[in-house]
Amino acid sequence: MEYILIIVSAIIVNNIVLTQFLGICPFLGVSNKLSTAVGMSAAVVFVMTLATIVTFLVFQYILVPLQIAFLQTIAYILVIAALVQMVEIILKKTSPSLYQALGIFLPLITTNCAVLGVAILVIQKDFNLMESVVYTIATALGFGLALIIFSGLREQIELNQVPKGMRGTPIALVTAGLLSLAFMGFSGIVK
Amino acid sequence: MNQWSNFTKGFIKESPTFVLVLGMCPTLGVSSAAINGVGMGLATTFVLAMSNLFISALKDFIPDKVRIPAFIVVIASFVTMVDLVMAAYVPALHKTLGIFIPLIVVNCIVLGRAEAFASRNSVISSLVDGLGMGLGFTFALILLGCIREALGNGSIFGYKFINPTSDGILIFVLAPGAFITLGFLIALINRFRKTS
Repeated sequence: MEYILIIVSAIIVNNIVLTQFLGICPFLGVSNKLSTAVGMSAAVVFVMTLATIVTFLVFQYILVPLQIAFLQTIAYILVIAALVQMVEIILKKTSPSLYQALGIFLPLITTNCAVLGVAILVIQKDFNLMESVVYTIATALGFGLALIIFSGLREQIELNQVPKGMRGTPIALVTAGLLSLAFMGFSGIVK
Repeated sequence: MNQWSNFTKGFIKESPTFVLVLGMCPTLGVSSAAINGVGMGLATTFVLAMSNLFISALKDFIPDKVRIPAFIVVIASFVTMVDLVMAAYVPALHKTLGIFIPLIVVNCIVLGRAEAFASRNSVISSLVDGLGMGLGFTFALILLGCIREALGNGSIFGYKFINPTSDGILIFVLAPGAFITLGFLIALINRFRKTS
């Protein structure tokens, strides 16, 4: 039951992009086409889960025992950057087809603040390892959900006439605002 | 290079928020009140200026292949400093800004300036560029914060200008208001930039 609450809350009620404002850069950057949005979402689910597990273990078994928890930010960003690089190399060697699909998104993920954000959030929320993993997967799925809906909307906007000044980023932001408004309808389901 | 134009370009001409559309997460996340914009903006300015200064000074010693990780370590060190100092001296603001302070590390503006400017310009120019870009970012945050706070709460910097018992248009201080306000603000600035 507890896990279901975490999942519902992370995917729709506290959606990471639309209510917590993490991962806006890829949300605006790669949402022009539905197919790239799907690829990016898959890459984020994969990397975010891996990154949270590794950083969680680094925090509990290296930073805390050595009493250097204040170095959290530096340690995490290095772990994430190294991890992304490693995943890229491994994928290239072992699964060229998957690499083809996800490869171009991997370097972008290092600077996706949602990855670092979630890694820090699970520590702040005092989750144990299992809860962290469930929370991270759900959050990443929430990111994917928002990204895929949004890219579908943007494909439609492309076909419409938009006032000159509003073309591009402005209309995308206003659309995201309306999408966020729709997601607010879920607030209150989970406390 | 003319240091004055180097300094002022961050405000409108190459504004990181309105023109380059970088660093959107903190922009949207902390702009629900003007005072948050000041705190976040100044914290980012400090990190930008100091990391630009150090990266520019160290650029000849950093091998080209590992420059991005090296830049990230420099940036993360300054972010940690800001985080600890703010936690000690302005705990209330630190709590409001929350997760967005450690996330200055992955703010595209900081790494972007390190890579695009500080790694190929002199120390003084880089410092000026960092300060200018940081203050431009602060300016954008305060502008957005003032609009959202005024519409959503009927106040600016906490000073209430409508009847104290009535509320503003609540939606503007909530998440959707952030996206919508920024969207219209960028549209307005686009129009202004193209006609001038």
